[in-house]
Amino acid sequence: MAEVTLPPSLRDVEPVRSVRTPARLDYQFTAGDATSRFLRNVARKRIVGQRAPGGRVYVPPRGADPELGQPTPEEVEVAQVGTVTSFCVVNLQFYGSVMEIPYVSALILLDGADLSIMHLIQEVPADEVRIGMRVEAVWRADAEVEPTLESITWFRPTGEPDDADVRIPGEDHGTGLGSWVGGVAPTAALVRNPRTGQGGPGGAT
Amino acid sequence: MSPPPDPDEVLSAPLTIEYPFTRTTGPVVGAFLTGLREGVLVGIRAGDGRVIVPPVEFDPATGEDLTEIVEVGPAGTVVTAAWVATPHAKHPLGDPFAWALITLDGADTPLLHAVAAEGPGAVGPGTRVVPRWAAEREGHISDIACFVPEGSA
Repeated sequence: MAEVTLPPSLRDVEPVRSVRTPARLDYQFTAGDATSRFLRNVARKRIVGQRAPGGRVYVPPRGADPELGQPTPEEVEVAQVGTVTSFCVVNLQFYGSVMEIPYVSALILLDGADLSIMHLIQEVPADEVRIGMRVEAVWRADAEVEPTLESITWFRPTGEPDDADVRIPGEDHGTGLGSWVGGVAPTAALVRNPRTGQGGPGGAT
Repeated sequence: MSPPPDPDEVLSAPLTIEYPFTRTTGPVVGAFLTGLREGVLVGIRAGDGRVIVPPVEFDPATGEDLTEIVEVGPAGTVVTAAWVATPHAKHPLGDPFAWALITLDGADTPLLHAVAAEGPGAVGPGTRVVPRWAAEREGHISDIACFVPEGSA
């Protein structure tokens, strides 16, 4: 690269080498009916999902079964204790994060639920977190509990023995929800029409 | 304490997604930003002798490297302007203002910036303007808070 020549006014000053160019998008997030009901229950320190006609309990609920497309009006409270189904150790500090590194972000399958939620694992060294570990929710002080999942500060180990047969959501039914965990691709879901049950090795469910 | 929320009300909240990118500038754009921080406006001399502001790394006609940074301005002349009657949150000024293309003295290409003026009649082609520098400068285009018509303090 060619050397630039500067006017006298800029010769003896520290050159600028970088510039801030933030990209910022301001949204208004509207939760919808199912998520609003879920968050209102969180504000009462309850974790309430919805049961699909096939029996699966979705937490957080979205108001419909993603496989069958049917409404899921039945509300079901699930436990505040669950099993780690997958996790990630975060070793990089990034903008906006107030977490001390390393920390662990995990998928947690709450007892009674059929879909994992994502949350933090704390009160245990990051390198001791493992799939199958039993964890429990730690809530904020009552006065600070609001309709947000951040009202759960994090999850921490219960001290119970690991769940050796941890169930990975989606592994058995091919909605694609978590089906790639453990290297099990959602092949059946890709070839089967979920509404008619036609096609695919599994046939109708 | 606020009244209990309507149980059927759908929740809604602001959500901001921000990517805090920082870009390296290189020596040419870096010189322009260094100038802003120092309160000096600069361009770069092209092969045909024209002065391009803000400076560019390559000659737009030949693609040759450009290297000669030259001081321009600080006053300039408005080439064209568009009046913004209702600024939004991301605009540089809260009061109505003009976006203007300004050819700084000694430059051959215009620079886009905001002009604070009393009304759309106070800024247009030919208006002489000077920069109003920000109180704190860091090497960013916002180091110029805006331009103002010459003589309007």
